[in-house]
Amino acid sequence: MRQWLGRLAGYLLGFASLFLIWHFASTWLLNSVLFPPPWRVIVKAVELTEEGVLGDQVMVSMLRISTGFLGGTLIGIPLGLAIGSFTVVRRLLEPYTEFLRFIPATAMITVAVIWFGIGEGSKIFLIIYTTVFIIIINTAAGVAAVAPNKIRAARSLGASRAQVFFFVALPATVPYILTGMRLAMANSFVTIIAAELVAANSGLGKMIWDSRMYMLVDQIFVALLVLGLLGFTTDRLFRWGIYAFAGRFSPVT
Amino acid sequence: MALVQLANVSKVYRSLRGTDYEAVRGFSLDIEPGEFFCLLGTSGCGKTTVLNMVAGFERATSGDIRIGGAAIDGPGADRGVVFQGDDSLYSWLTALGNVEFGLRMRGIARRERDRKARQYLELVGLTGQEHKHPTELSGGMKQRIQIARVLANEPQILLMDEPFAALDAHTRAAMQRELLSIWRATGKTVLFITHDIDEAIILATRIGVMHAGPASKLKGVVDVTLSESERDRTHDRFVAAYREVHEMIRDEVAISLQRAH
Repeated sequence: MRQWLGRLAGYLLGFASLFLIWHFASTWLLNSVLFPPPWRVIVKAVELTEEGVLGDQVMVSMLRISTGFLGGTLIGIPLGLAIGSFTVVRRLLEPYTEFLRFIPATAMITVAVIWFGIGEGSKIFLIIYTTVFIIIINTAAGVAAVAPNKIRAARSLGASRAQVFFFVALPATVPYILTGMRLAMANSFVTIIAAELVAANSGLGKMIWDSRMYMLVDQIFVALLVLGLLGFTTDRLFRWGIYAFAGRFSPVT
Repeated sequence: MALVQLANVSKVYRSLRGTDYEAVRGFSLDIEPGEFFCLLGTSGCGKTTVLNMVAGFERATSGDIRIGGAAIDGPGADRGVVFQGDDSLYSWLTALGNVEFGLRMRGIARRERDRKARQYLELVGLTGQEHKHPTELSGGMKQRIQIARVLANEPQILLMDEPFAALDAHTRAAMQRELLSIWRATGKTVLFITHDIDEAIILATRIGVMHAGPASKLKGVVDVTLSESERDRTHDRFVAAYREVHEMIRDEVAISLQRAH
């Protein structure tokens, strides 16, 4: 409990200093309407929340991220396991993974919109695309990193090859999968904003783009602030989840 | 009939460059049921290769390996293996989960395997640690889990690959005493790999000394007839046994050091 309070105090202090530096920078260093101080952004955020605009845009973006992220994870894990377990599968799929992962999701935005339209389809496709390769590569690396003695021990304790896979290789790979998911989540934030900036009817990225057109700098900063907070919270939740539900799989973290 | 039979066994490893390395050549050994056989050799002499082949992890290039008269085909629950390091333990399972792993894989009912796992955890002195994960335990405790895990599976033969080499001297001595009392209580057949002459004399009923590698085989076998009280480094008969074994291995150490340079 004391440790927990200490951590919370650390975070609060960190955020307080961040806002303080921001405040000084915008009031003393760059005194300009183009760089609003934190209190004006917060006031604007409250306004937008009361109007219901902010909540709606956040929900839209987060729903896109979670749907695509879930899809990408569900596709990526079995593929990664197969690539890590069987050399044949690796040779067959490596051209896909090693070729496509170097084409950034942002480069695929135009194609995605042409294929799936300006609505949810293209966004979810892009999030799946940005998620799936990280998950595949991390999962496959995890399978390859299972200590050979773990497998040998299981075999000489009477486990069949299928049992070795499900009771040894799979649990030993969980920490790698979770790390892949954390990285993929960060990528999803980048991709969704880029996609919404370029072509969307709603979402935080669209909000930034529209605000730019009408020079609503405060509103742009609201979106940036919200993105930062959302990312921070999601990552904390993820880490908390790893500790609470999968801590026993990853004694290292 | 001997329980473990190795007849004229050779093992050749092929490197990526295509050059061959012959680890053992013409290796023959019979181990009788209930024996505690220590295979002693310098580093790189191929003693682990022999154990890996008996365990079924590696296939002999030529020659014949039999357990109870039957040729081996891969690893099996009749041969329990204790490894040197702790990387064979399952970090996501508790001590209890690790010990009952083999029983679970073989479809033993929960209550029965729980009972057995606790029984063997008690035998290795880990009562009260059942629900700890391996990372929470010391090196000696982790090796105890490995031993309990193998014993709970009730194999015919224990294969131990320098299981105490990574432990500090005091823990090692304690573990050696415990292993001996477990061996006396269970009557298992043991093949124990070590490079430590003292350890071999403390534990073994017979010691097989290997030539320096490569293309190694047994140089000779020493019977250890010391009683329990005589298995003490300061005892005259212990010192005599040490001399005998040391005489045999001394030249091999020199050869292996020369080859390493």
